[in-house]
Amino acid sequence: MSLLTTNYLTPTGREEAWRFTPLKRLGGLHDGTAKVGDRQSLSYRGSASGVKFERISRELATSPVETDDVVMQRVREGAHNVATLTIAANTEVAETITLSRSAQGLDSAEFSRVRIELGAHARATVIMENTGDAFLAEDVEFVLAPGSNLTFVSLQEWNTGSTHLAKHHAIVDRDASFKSITVTVGGSLVRLLPSVEFIGQGASCELLGVYFATEGQFFEHRMFVDHKVPNAKSRVNYKGALAGQGAHTVWIGDVFIRAAAEGTDTYELNRNLLLSDGARADSVPNLEIETGEIVGAGHASTTGRFDDEQLFYLMSRGIELSDARRLVVRGFFNEIVTEIGDAVIQDRLMDRIDNELAKAGS
Amino acid sequence: MSTLEIRGLQVSVNTDAGAVEILKGVDLTIKSGETHAIMGPNGSGKSTLAYSIAGHPKYSITGGTVTLDGVDLLEMTVDERAKAGLFLAMQYPVEVPGVSVSNFLRTAVTALRGEAPKLRTWTGEVKDAMEALKMDPAFATRNVNEGFSGGEKKRHEIMQLELLKPKIAILDETDSGLDVDALRIVSEGVVRAKEANNLGVLLITHYTRILRYIKPDFVHVFANGKIVEEGGAELAEKLEANGYAEYVGS
Ligand SMILES: Nc1ncnc2c1ncn2[C@@H]1O[C@H](COP(=O)(O)OP(=O)(O)OP(=O)(O)O)[C@@H](O)[C@H]1O
Ligand SMILES: [Mg+2]
Repeated sequence: MSLLTTNYLTPTGREEAWRFTPLKRLGGLHDGTAKVGDRQSLSYRGSASGVKFERISRELATSPVETDDVVMQRVREGAHNVATLTIAANTEVAETITLSRSAQGLDSAEFSRVRIELGAHARATVIMENTGDAFLAEDVEFVLAPGSNLTFVSLQEWNTGSTHLAKHHAIVDRDASFKSITVTVGGSLVRLLPSVEFIGQGASCELLGVYFATEGQFFEHRMFVDHKVPNAKSRVNYKGALAGQGAHTVWIGDVFIRAAAEGTDTYELNRNLLLSDGARADSVPNLEIETGEIVGAGHASTTGRFDDEQLFYLMSRGIELSDARRLVVRGFFNEIVTEIGDAVIQDRLMDRIDNELAKAGS
Repeated sequence: MSTLEIRGLQVSVNTDAGAVEILKGVDLTIKSGETHAIMGPNGSGKSTLAYSIAGHPKYSITGGTVTLDGVDLLEMTVDERAKAGLFLAMQYPVEVPGVSVSNFLRTAVTALRGEAPKLRTWTGEVKDAMEALKMDPAFATRNVNEGFSGGEKKRHEIMQLELLKPKIAILDETDSGLDVDALRIVSEGVVRAKEANNLGVLLITHYTRILRYIKPDFVHVFANGKIVEEGGAELAEKLEANGYAEYVGS
């Protein structure tokens, strides 16, 4: 058991950052009433040279940045150590590095801290596989030294009943690129906060994601991209599908182009497919620009239903309605799922998407 | 031997302002091996006829019947009509993002045949069909109609016609937007499909050009939601020379 000593400001639900989140369903993670256990469910598989995984005690692992999220503040104070994955400078890790979960439970919460650091010109792909039962609050930090390149895939394939709050914060230095692919298809409540902070010119990020919420599920993805230096590039593309009573998704895309960030190039996109009545998709792109000297800045957000013309075209070739719908939904997600680049995982996710669709009976 | 029989077909389109009547009693019979050309002014209802036979949800049938070999098509879902042997090559083929042509074709042929085709022979069939229509093999991995040029979409429609082997095909302005070479290649595809399967064809067109490759047995003039005149191939020449003035006056 961790003892929390600080009094944090408990969100009321009126704050901008919490206005969509059903606080009652957080199991007390936001107000400090959650019982916190001592689990460390994350484990590392792999033996590549130049890659080191270790747990560093809290005292020796100060965070490079403060966090303004109250749950993450509690996590930072409550977690005893930081699971740290370090990729040495100039190391190109050919095989995918997998971080997976085990031995979890719903009776008490786990506070987890993770840091992934890439030395200069290092290059790696890390997959975090989140399966099983979760009552988890997790603070993940990425530190990308100049010229490094990280692809981070996080798969939320939680069992029903799981609650998962996480922040994924990347600090991206000169000419480094960060690509994240977030997949959320399981759990009762998932709230992810992917954020990127550019600290060197020529840095870039690509934040991709898919989510599929069915009856009663709440999935929130709230990004923040902070262009505080010149000539950085960001791309955001999230796609979601919803089916069933009470399915609710939230996508927030905050992009901030500060006065110093001349030459910024940014575009963000969120598309939602509403597959039944009774589901709700909130989508809020938000661009704040303090300099006019930019390459480009744009955003788009769409929420639509099945396209009758597409279904008609497929069916006119003999394909049954349910198969036509499956093709269209798979097609919708395909663009992003193929970016994962692992056929086994991609097939598993597409099967899961088929199942969600079948379960929703649409 | 198959027969598509359209009797007294009346169709309206559902709009925000209510139902608008488009087809006002169409009678037409198409048998295996026959080629019927339909020509008529823009907006006269030719695509409406094609879509309503295929079962597009935008249209409501308000009267008449459509049967294929005596079986009521209008009672069937869109996919059931295709399984019964109907094919529609669309005037504006639809893009389906994220679905590859090869996946689409495999799913369609599996649905039509009731079982998955043997992978080896099927791959060969697709390759041959693409070659015959001078389509780059790369199209197999591209998404259905996505980013295809107008002419490429039409070739893709006729490639499906050859692969899916229907009994009766409705070709809605398949010749529009084709360059001279593509017109010949696509027409040859239709002729091959006719010869291979004794296909019956209903060909909607604005131009006599395509009729030089695909010889019509019958030409029907369509105006104001119905057939207003019928004749042989010579009628098409007359229309090309004189236009539709004599048919559209009130
Ligand atoms: N949603 C709609 N609302 C109102 N009118 C419609 C709607 N859909 C179709 N129509 C009308 O139905 C009529 C017939 O259209 P259709 O597409 O069948 O014509 P067509 O003969 O195929 O023309 P074209 O030669 O230009 O392809 C047109 O006048 C069209 O404007
Ligand atoms: Mg038309």
